[in-house]
Amino acid sequence: MPNATASTSQPLPIVAALKDATVAALIALGLFFFLIGLNTDQGPSGALEVFPRFRLLAIVVAVVFAGALARALIFGRAPIGVGGTLTPWLSQAGDRIGPYVGPALLGFALVVPVLFFHNRYVLDLGILVLTYVMLGWGLNIVVGLAGLLDLGYVAFYAVGAYSYALLATHFEWSFWICLPLAGILAAFWGVLLGFPVLRLRGDYLAIVTLAFGEIIRLVLLNWQSFTGGPNGISSIPRPSFFGLPFNDEPGGFAATFGLEFTATHRVVFLFYLILALALLTNWVTIRMRALPVGRAWEAMREDEIACRSLGINTTNTKLTAFAVGAMFGGFAGSFFATRQGFISPESFVFGESALILAIVVLGGMGSQIGVATAALVMLGGFELFREFEQYRMLLFGAAMVTIMIWRPRGLVASRTPVLYLNGRKGAAAPAAQRKS
Amino acid sequence: MSAAPDAILAVERLSMRFGGLVAVDDLSFNAQRGHITALIGPNGAGKTTVFNCITGFYKPSAGMIRLSHRDGQTFLLERLIDFRIAQWAKVARTFQNIRLFPGMTALENLVVAQHNVLMAASGFSFVGLLGLKSYGTAERAAVDKARYWLDRTGLLGRGDDLAGGLAYGEQRRLEIARAMCTDPVLLCLDEPAAGLNARESAELNDLLRFIRRDHGVSILLIEHDMSVVMEISDHIVVLDYGVKIADGSPAAIRDDPKVIAAYLGVEDEEVEQAEAEVGR
Repeated sequence: MPNATASTSQPLPIVAALKDATVAALIALGLFFFLIGLNTDQGPSGALEVFPRFRLLAIVVAVVFAGALARALIFGRAPIGVGGTLTPWLSQAGDRIGPYVGPALLGFALVVPVLFFHNRYVLDLGILVLTYVMLGWGLNIVVGLAGLLDLGYVAFYAVGAYSYALLATHFEWSFWICLPLAGILAAFWGVLLGFPVLRLRGDYLAIVTLAFGEIIRLVLLNWQSFTGGPNGISSIPRPSFFGLPFNDEPGGFAATFGLEFTATHRVVFLFYLILALALLTNWVTIRMRALPVGRAWEAMREDEIACRSLGINTTNTKLTAFAVGAMFGGFAGSFFATRQGFISPESFVFGESALILAIVVLGGMGSQIGVATAALVMLGGFELFREFEQYRMLLFGAAMVTIMIWRPRGLVASRTPVLYLNGRKGAAAPAAQRKS
Repeated sequence: MSAAPDAILAVERLSMRFGGLVAVDDLSFNAQRGHITALIGPNGAGKTTVFNCITGFYKPSAGMIRLSHRDGQTFLLERLIDFRIAQWAKVARTFQNIRLFPGMTALENLVVAQHNVLMAASGFSFVGLLGLKSYGTAERAAVDKARYWLDRTGLLGRGDDLAGGLAYGEQRRLEIARAMCTDPVLLCLDEPAAGLNARESAELNDLLRFIRRDHGVSILLIEHDMSVVMEISDHIVVLDYGVKIADGSPAAIRDDPKVIAAYLGVEDEEVEQAEAEVGR
């Protein structure tokens, strides 16, 4: 008798699993009918025709069915979710290797140009990754520390790039003069954006910053006489090694140091330049977190009203966050301009803002090492899957979903306090106890 | 009503209207320096609205709120922005629904409260960015002050724990400690005993008495817990529907028929009698 009641109130596991799998297969069928089942291609007459691919569709749906069935049978019906089986294992491993990741990454970055001196592709990829690491760290100040969701960060990248390009082409000033100027101009625009959005929070702030990013791009696109419009700005001066140009002439870098001329010198120089700029961003962020202004940023992220009740001027605090974040965006922009030698509004579309924001969010808001890792993984991943062009976005999406399920607060979710009452060790012990 | 010679806070003819709703109507009262003044009244009487006016979170529709320091400096609070009231006039507050920085440690919560002192010491970040020694000294002093208040509130062992992970009573005490770290002259507590058990309430009484006695801080208190109010208050102001119905010592308030009526309601015949008086 007990068995019978059990089976009526709770269906057999296999039945439940079959039900789950059927539902999953039906969802897959609905999703993939148009994506996979129907394909448009050039027909024999040369016009576009629709070709059905029902066999492929059937295979995909069958795979989904089998997968869902296997999952339901092996793991039971509990949804894979927050606090799943992987999380404690991952976070424990993270705690153990955590302190070594940063130095290891830095050490690796330092030797990349030596190891890959003859591999131009790796050097270029390294420069690209470091640019996004720097942008990620810059945006991390605004989003991660101050908690102001900024969807238009690319605007400051653009301001920096165009400031550098215009100053360098019109006045022929050197890179080392234009770089700080571009940073200051970007910070100025950061404050300018800051003023109207001071009273906005959350979604509303996101919308206005999104619009700001678009406005900057549209101005760059349409102000033909100043920015060159869609043609952009070309022949931007390349950086020199503190006055020594990278060319094969007698006064050039190679000749001065008695080296054989190769174009790689400049690439290596650019690599170290962006590495230094990124490290500067990191250093300033770490220092500012330990200063009252950085603590106020974090406190503002936690509770703005409480901040005001403690006499913190949240207006100034927000504006400094915008300004400092924008300044580093501007630095990255001027680096971008001098590296490319050519810029146009096409480089500063919303997609870039979204990518930088994704790096910050996936890396773990407020975590420096997490952001760097996320930049490496995402841009490295993009390159790795360049051959599977069609499926790149699919894999990207899958990676996002995976992170959201297993690490909903980003790769590195833990926040390290700056101040300790009983010293670092005294704090570590109770933290470990609480976890177990 | 004119301000008594040693009133730290003088509220005069304060009104606060939200559209058609009059939350506070023509309220006047004084809080004496070095006293614990309690603001009581049934739910919705407008107590928190008064607090929000005093601490600048609301701009009063009418009236004047004057705060005077011991050195004779006076501030008209209705003209200052909220964070200036905390920074210049030195009025600190806690919230009815606790507002800590949950993701930061207890120690950091208390150091954030010393923002303005540290900000000046860090040369508005420029000096601090270079890591000069003077800032290090200021920061150590700030940590010492935080340590002192953690000790006073019985939280010394939890200084490096996240504020959001503390027990409810501990969070209440931490919020008071945080307010005290701003060096206030007037401490406004919005229902500090809410959700505390009898033992914790008694500890709270001791803490508030200590703050008043050893730090010379005047306290303005909203509270429903009569064991707290009657025991530690020097002066009680009773609000009902935004109007002051009584003002006096705890003993006087306890026996005031209007206060009893507001809290417990009145007999039906009294209502009829009152209606007859107004000619219905």
